[in-house]
Amino acid sequence: MMWKAEIKVLLKKSVLDPQGQAVEKALASLGYGNVQDVRIGKYLEVSFAAASQQEAEAQVREMSERLLTNPVIEDYTFELVEV
Amino acid sequence: MKFGVVVFPGSNCDLDAYHLVKDVLGQQADYIWHQEENVSAFDCLILPGGFSYGDYLRCGAIARFSPVMKSVVAFARSGGLVIGICNGFQVLLEAGLLPGALYRNLCLQFRCLFTHLKVENRQTPFTGGIEPGRLLKIPIAHGEGNYYADADTLRRMEANGQIVFRYATADGEVTDTANPNGSLYNIAGVCNEMKNVLGMMPHPERAGEAALGSEDGRLIFQSILKSWEGSR
Repeated sequence: MMWKAEIKVLLKKSVLDPQGQAVEKALASLGYGNVQDVRIGKYLEVSFAAASQQEAEAQVREMSERLLTNPVIEDYTFELVEV
Repeated sequence: MKFGVVVFPGSNCDLDAYHLVKDVLGQQADYIWHQEENVSAFDCLILPGGFSYGDYLRCGAIARFSPVMKSVVAFARSGGLVIGICNGFQVLLEAGLLPGALYRNLCLQFRCLFTHLKVENRQTPFTGGIEPGRLLKIPIAHGEGNYYADADTLRRMEANGQIVFRYATADGEVTDTANPNGSLYNIAGVCNEMKNVLGMMPHPERAGEAALGSEDGRLIFQSILKSWEGSR
């Protein structure tokens, strides 16, 4: 079975996001004074083969924790789609 | 003493580090290509600055899986001296040899300037030859040198003397204005619990000769020599 993992990586809530803050200020200067928070992260699509959904999910977690994210500063979420 | 300078694709301070230990300090030195798997011929490994693997994904994230890194980790775990400078520091963090992480400067700018470092622990192989109270004038050049570790880790590091350098003013005051990148507690350099692995964002190899504006970087390498000679 072929799968596509759509992985979103964001800085942890406890870690300041200087890019997000700069964009938040830029939005405010454009008149969007109602914007309360901006966080900037990464989006990755990983296509791969795995025998079952369970195996695919386990592999996405392993790849995310070993390489795709730095667990010291980043959190991730993902969605798995069969393709 | 024999220094090994690890070269990843995209390293760009490898020549500077080699020049300092070989030509300025008169020691033996060799480059170690990232495909190399044996580092046992060396007494101290230098992971230099640069943009290994183009900084793709995260700084140091891909270099950390280079073939050479397995033996660098084994060398460090067995007590060998390892110093990571700038991108080399990022690689050591990604490899789990040092605690914490480095990410985008708070100011979002690439900062390239001289900094003053307060030496917080002189009981390491990298600082043992620096006299008390001596500030080090050493330049930085980075966009991602903002040091982060969670509160528990920082407390543990503080208690173990693992915070080695902090950014300070020219008078030695650790202040927000002296902090070039937003690093927590002005942290500029840290070591592991065993004190044989050091990571620092400032570039001591760029401050080893009067012509470069400072010779203070030499003090770190002279400390390494002193420690190595003492251990023989």
